[in-house]
Amino acid sequence: MTPPLVAVARALTAISHNTASRRADFPLLVGSPDLHYLDSAATSQKPSAVLDAMRDYYERDNANPHRGAYALSVRATDRYHDARRTIARFVGIADADCLILTRGTTESLNLVATAWGRANVRAGDEIVVTAMEHHANFVPWQQLARANGAAFRIAPLTDDGRIALGALGTMLNARTRVVAFPHVSNALGTVNPVGEIVRLVRERAPGALIVCDGAQGAPHLPVGFDALGVDFYAFSGHKMCGPMGIGALLGKRALLDAMPPYQMGGDMIDVVGDEETTWNTLPHKFEAGTPNVADAVGLAAAVEYLDGIGMERVLGHERALTALADARLRAMPGVTIHGPRPADRSGVVSFTVEGIHPHDLATILDERGVCIRAGHHCAQPLMRRLDVAATARASFYVYSDESDVDALVDGVREAQRVFGTA
Amino acid sequence: MSTARERDDAAPAAPSASVEALYQDTILEHYRKPRNKGALPGATASAHRSNPTCGDEVTVETIVDGGVIREVRFTGQGCSIAQASASMMTDMARGASVGAVRRTGAALERMLRREPVTRDALGVLVAFEGVARYPARISCVLMPWQALGEALGE
Repeated sequence: MTPPLVAVARALTAISHNTASRRADFPLLVGSPDLHYLDSAATSQKPSAVLDAMRDYYERDNANPHRGAYALSVRATDRYHDARRTIARFVGIADADCLILTRGTTESLNLVATAWGRANVRAGDEIVVTAMEHHANFVPWQQLARANGAAFRIAPLTDDGRIALGALGTMLNARTRVVAFPHVSNALGTVNPVGEIVRLVRERAPGALIVCDGAQGAPHLPVGFDALGVDFYAFSGHKMCGPMGIGALLGKRALLDAMPPYQMGGDMIDVVGDEETTWNTLPHKFEAGTPNVADAVGLAAAVEYLDGIGMERVLGHERALTALADARLRAMPGVTIHGPRPADRSGVVSFTVEGIHPHDLATILDERGVCIRAGHHCAQPLMRRLDVAATARASFYVYSDESDVDALVDGVREAQRVFGTA
Repeated sequence: MSTARERDDAAPAAPSASVEALYQDTILEHYRKPRNKGALPGATASAHRSNPTCGDEVTVETIVDGGVIREVRFTGQGCSIAQASASMMTDMARGASVGAVRRTGAALERMLRREPVTRDALGVLVAFEGVARYPARISCVLMPWQALGEALGE
């Protein structure tokens, strides 16, 4: 067993070398200096740069885009597509038209499951997901399987919360039509080996569509979509310093071109006849209605902010804090940490404390200004397999620092005192 | 240790008075040793409630005879507040009339909403008074009562 102090010392060195606190960039954190916001896996705080960019758009360039009869609308159109190109560069997709702007990961995944799934999944096909899915990458596939008569399979996990690749391999065959998995587990923080999974799927299930839920991936590590090998990748802006209500679906052009539209309305049509309608080109085909320009502009500002730090440093900073929190919590009596070793996680620490329900822990921490998530993390199939009803989850981001870990550990100790368990 | 924030490193924050008020000894005692927990064979009515946002759940089973609750037990899992609430509720309800239990449940809800209420109507349930300060936790107290109310045919 590694002595916790060695791990702590290693983590402290990494943090101090990585970055000074970025709290000053985040107005909410500046306004609440005593707040320890440890729920960034649910949603991140927003830097001034993002809020300013959105305000600037509304104050200077706001109009309905794609209605180019006047200069203002042209500017709005340009802001929208500039934002798309900026986001595309950040996630490593060269063909920016294959970046569909959506409301977020949930809408992106439903788009694929509905538009591609209904047209391509047949009775007798098999859909494979993993036991660590967020409900957003589980329920759409489960319901598609039910509707189209496909089998629905759930790949098991190892005891330390990683996808059991051997077992996944045995589930793949010529009938496998979809393999869906998360880049990073929202409940445990497990960073999955995307390349290894893609190789396995391509080798054993050549007919399968590979869908990656990147809600916890894009905010924390470099995505590099074109080199990743998956067919679709979905993420949300609000978990990566961007505003709520914007996200994206990245897809391969041949697949997007062949798919029917998801929603019908303005912008996504070409010619509307009395009987027939033809569809606009990508990305418009999948962006029905007035687009969410201001939030796209905000997300572009967010990825520029993250780029300014560098995603390798973002991950390094989170991992250092995770290692520190992991080591300090692990050293406390009655604390169990769920998931793999910190080096295989993003900035998530999912834990339970003997004799104290996670909600009670969250209330006591909240009283001390520490915000953590308590519950099933929209991952009930995972909770059943961990044999817990709920866990407490602390998650870090670019603005987190050592004082957040101190507050977390002090709060857990206080909860143990209140409950008389330590 | 150097962080951007001013922090009183020497002393951990003082125990919060409202946390102490929330987690009354009575509540913690019922949480550690819940009364009437387990299935009730021969139940004449039951109801299940769950909170989809947190995963807490409770099933209340009861035997009602002539408008009187002869027996009542609960199963399920959840936080200390929900477990203690179910435990205390079943203790109070056994032997009481359906009407009396409904009145107690209504009084409890008024207390949690900080509406005027006669404390005598609440008995040991005054232990939950501190929950009123935590809106997110009020449903934890009420969930077992809602399940019992449903079982009694509300």
